[in-house]
Amino acid sequence: MLGIVGTVPYPQFPLSHGIAGVRGNHLHLSGQDIPINRGTPALIAAALKASETIKGPDIYAFLVGDIGKGHGSRALYHFLEQHLSEFDFRVLTFHYLQPDADWHNRVLFAVETMKQRPVLIADAGFMYAAKMSGQAPSYDFFTPDAGELAFLADENAPHPFYTRGFILHQNNKVPDLIRRAYQHGNAAPYLLVKGESDCIADKNGIIETVNSPSYEAMEAIGGTGDTLTGLLSVLCAAGLNPAEAAVLAARSNREIGSHIPCLTPATQIAELIEKIPRALTGVTEEYKYRQEGVRPPPFSAGT
Amino acid sequence: MFGFLRKKSEPDKKKSRTSADRGILVFENTAEVIQAENVLKKAGWQVRVMGPPPEIQSGCDLVIEFPLTAELNIVRELRKAGIPPLQTVPVTAPLLTPVSLFHTKDFGKYLMVRAANMKITVEKESLTIVNISGGGCPDVPFLAGQMVGKTLSESPRPGDLGHTLCGYALELAYQELCRKC
Repeated sequence: MLGIVGTVPYPQFPLSHGIAGVRGNHLHLSGQDIPINRGTPALIAAALKASETIKGPDIYAFLVGDIGKGHGSRALYHFLEQHLSEFDFRVLTFHYLQPDADWHNRVLFAVETMKQRPVLIADAGFMYAAKMSGQAPSYDFFTPDAGELAFLADENAPHPFYTRGFILHQNNKVPDLIRRAYQHGNAAPYLLVKGESDCIADKNGIIETVNSPSYEAMEAIGGTGDTLTGLLSVLCAAGLNPAEAAVLAARSNREIGSHIPCLTPATQIAELIEKIPRALTGVTEEYKYRQEGVRPPPFSAGT
Repeated sequence: MFGFLRKKSEPDKKKSRTSADRGILVFENTAEVIQAENVLKKAGWQVRVMGPPPEIQSGCDLVIEFPLTAELNIVRELRKAGIPPLQTVPVTAPLLTPVSLFHTKDFGKYLMVRAANMKITVEKESLTIVNISGGGCPDVPFLAGQMVGKTLSESPRPGDLGHTLCGYALELAYQELCRKC
């Protein structure tokens, strides 16, 4: 099973957890319908579409309302500290949560009490907290974008907002930033850096770069990073090795763009999520062909 | 011959300007920092939003740097506005500086501005905010929900609704976009 932890932007939304599903154009969790938009709902919706496509794992979500005041995040941190040991996940992905180093450490201790240590993926606010608390190597994957990579590379910055200018100026020097992030112990064993080219890296440098197909408009669309993390989470939970999972996730996320006829910076993420089955089917069939020599059919399933 | 002496004295003078006469105002949360900055700037005080020193960092923090000599007046102003600081602390070491670099990307019909980890995109003709992306704090999806689909002038300001550093970065990107459009 894949666990996903995050927030929704509704202050009254109570702390809820359970198997997530899609009902119409909403997420469904514990009797509640949640609009699918950017943030953790986009990640979960992408993961559900991906898992349905590859007949992957169930998705168990932990969600709470938080609009940035941190109350919801702290309630969720507290719940995880108390109850995480009761759960068994193959992969556990942390997403939009108020960065808080102390609460982060308590949750990480709780992970150690789980029956089996899951593959840990940290994105968004929880990745900031993981780096700030000096525990980056305890995770398996970080999924930064270019700006967040600069933050990981700056050993003094507690948040991307404080990344020093001389490091931000190295925007196009991804290999240098990756090296610097590992040098100071501020990167997880694997990085999936989202950008013009997506880079999969470990402490030895870039393992693979994915830059095709390329749709410039996707950079402006809120949620494309969330869908990538959702795809990565499902592929890791399906048992692929980390680098393979990251490459396929990056290719599939890019491929979504080819299924939207009029992709512009104004396109909304819900429209892209709908196309995940087609994009992922094409990419995984191509992968199987290369692995097993089984040629994909001319038209992918789900078209 | 005396150049050496002048050089030596300059950094000392700078140091006294940047630390000995400066203090920081610490608040309960980032939303209060943003409100306090607005109140103090409107009242004409020269203050700057900065990162806190490591000993009081918790994860998503801002403080306000202010001239120590004006402490009484500034604290009075904030009490009057209903946002008294939790504490005032003299600055003893360099503070973290917020990002001041902006990246602009022109998509033809659309214009995107990035500040730190936050991106905001408008349609140039109507000045409608069409997307907000990036960030990792929980107010980002909330702010996007409030702002996307509205014009720059109709939209609430992230500085008024935001509560986190990502919200503050979005405010900077929003201001830069307003300057450019």
